[in-house]
Amino acid sequence: MLRQFATAITIVGGTFAAPAHAQNTEILNVSYDIARELYAAINPAYIEQRGEGEGELTINQSHAGSSKQARAILQGLQADLVTFNQVLDVQVLADNGFVAENWQEQFPNNASPYYSLPAFMVREGNPKEIDGWDDLARDGVSVIFPNPKTSGNGRYTYLAAWAWAMNEFGGDETKVRDYMTKVLNNVEVFDTGGRGATTTFTERGIGDVLVTFEAEALNIAGENDDYATVVPPQSLLAEFPVAVVEKVASQRGTEEIARDYLDFLYTPKGQEILASFNNRVHDEAVVKANADRFPEVELYKVEDVFGSWEDAQETHFASGGVLDELQRQ
Amino acid sequence: MKAKHLLIALAVLFALVVIVLPVAVIFQRAFAEGFAVWLAAVSEPETRSAIVLTVVTALIVVPVNIVFGLCAAWAIARFKFPGRRALLVVIELPFAISPIVAGLCFLLVYGAYGPVGGALQPYGIQLMFNLAGIVLVSLFVTCPFVVREVLPVLSVSGEDEERAALTLGASGWQMFRLVTVPNITWALVYGAILATARAIGEFGAVSVVSGAIRGQTMTLPLQIELLYNDYNTTGAFAAATVLALLALVTLVLRGLIALTHPVRGAAQ
Repeated sequence: MLRQFATAITIVGGTFAAPAHAQNTEILNVSYDIARELYAAINPAYIEQRGEGEGELTINQSHAGSSKQARAILQGLQADLVTFNQVLDVQVLADNGFVAENWQEQFPNNASPYYSLPAFMVREGNPKEIDGWDDLARDGVSVIFPNPKTSGNGRYTYLAAWAWAMNEFGGDETKVRDYMTKVLNNVEVFDTGGRGATTTFTERGIGDVLVTFEAEALNIAGENDDYATVVPPQSLLAEFPVAVVEKVASQRGTEEIARDYLDFLYTPKGQEILASFNNRVHDEAVVKANADRFPEVELYKVEDVFGSWEDAQETHFASGGVLDELQRQ
Repeated sequence: MKAKHLLIALAVLFALVVIVLPVAVIFQRAFAEGFAVWLAAVSEPETRSAIVLTVVTALIVVPVNIVFGLCAAWAIARFKFPGRRALLVVIELPFAISPIVAGLCFLLVYGAYGPVGGALQPYGIQLMFNLAGIVLVSLFVTCPFVVREVLPVLSVSGEDEERAALTLGASGWQMFRLVTVPNITWALVYGAILATARAIGEFGAVSVVSGAIRGQTMTLPLQIELLYNDYNTTGAFAAATVLALLALVTLVLRGLIALTHPVRGAAQ
């Protein structure tokens, strides 16, 4: 017992001591919860293309819901950079001085190296013939997507449906609300997160259509013939914002390398890896090479339809907001 | 007679459905693809590091709890002092508080902006999102176990034997070692085992303060959930068997000690 305890103490001592000398060659990428495989592929590719003599680099990963991650950073999680799936969650860091005010201008495309959109995953052969947003409101269609209150994924789905309806009904909000109520009534299970909704649809076999990011749908349908991906003709742009956590990185002397790592996501090699995980990218050569996987789609932007993410949050998802009103009907 | 059989059948059925079946399924799923696959899954670096972290946490938390639990139980059983009842209530508080709330409390106090965490930050000392944070919350959730088990035995066994030892010339330490400890061994071990099981199994509180850095601050329960969410069912179930095995080891230890140390005045 005593010896075990001594060993434990040695290990503990080691754990505390380690960051002290390895500091400038260790960076922490704090990310959203389903990006693990993606960054497990990005990290070695990034390390490989670094020049000789730049020293050893370890890239650590942390994955959880991106709002939880943002909160952890505010409480002291030593993140050098973030790769999130929610603009709001980076904005929270900017508001608290962890990330530069102009973070969206620091990297191309609103600091979003890749993007995706809410799309549909249906059962084999698409028996309910679900092709567009109007089908989600049809009688007898069972819809699955996560709760917009707790899940970014669910928020995108809700806003995409709303944006489509605004366009379809020429801005007639009564009709839009009517449509949204029908869609919400068709939702059979409201899971708290995207992965939970996927599990409900695939493992529990509930629902005719799962609305989730195109990347998630393609990842699953690509491996399993029981499902098929349907990309509706219109959808909502879902950005995946990145930023250097300057407050932490400047203290740890890792700012430059964190910036370089994020720049790598925009290189042809980085974009190629991102696209191989079914994300849409901007690099023209990569876009061309993957054209058959990503059908053309008209994308609305949150800023254009709802003003800003803050406004959308306030109007729709806050307590007593539009979502609450619709669900009460 | 009928009622007796019915009761037995109910108890067995309940144990089967609620305990045996789920645990059996974990092992069945974990080994469904063969032992080699299981071994590969548990020796995957991130899972291995989660196992090490979990064991290290328990190795720190349990001894601290034994010492603290003994002191507290001794103080409460043998001395009268103001606030004695209050102390007992405070020690048992972790039973009543949901672990997730405990985690949040620790984050608010010891996090970068908390009163304690903020004061330590200028010195480069960080207490959250690393081993220190995980140990702190584990101490919190496990601290009632030893006290709760030892205290009743200490109270029942009374002071008579201890007084006698002192009268016959034993030193305080001799009295403690030769009279008190034998009386409470079983309770102490039992408390330590419960604390161990809780420390290695704790999810909620640890999840709040872990920071979820892969290969560094993921404990085994967190790693299991994460593997499961990554659609890595085999990996998740393999890691779950390790956790179940750790629990089994503590149970076997308990049984062995019970066999080799027939204790006087044992509570159990």
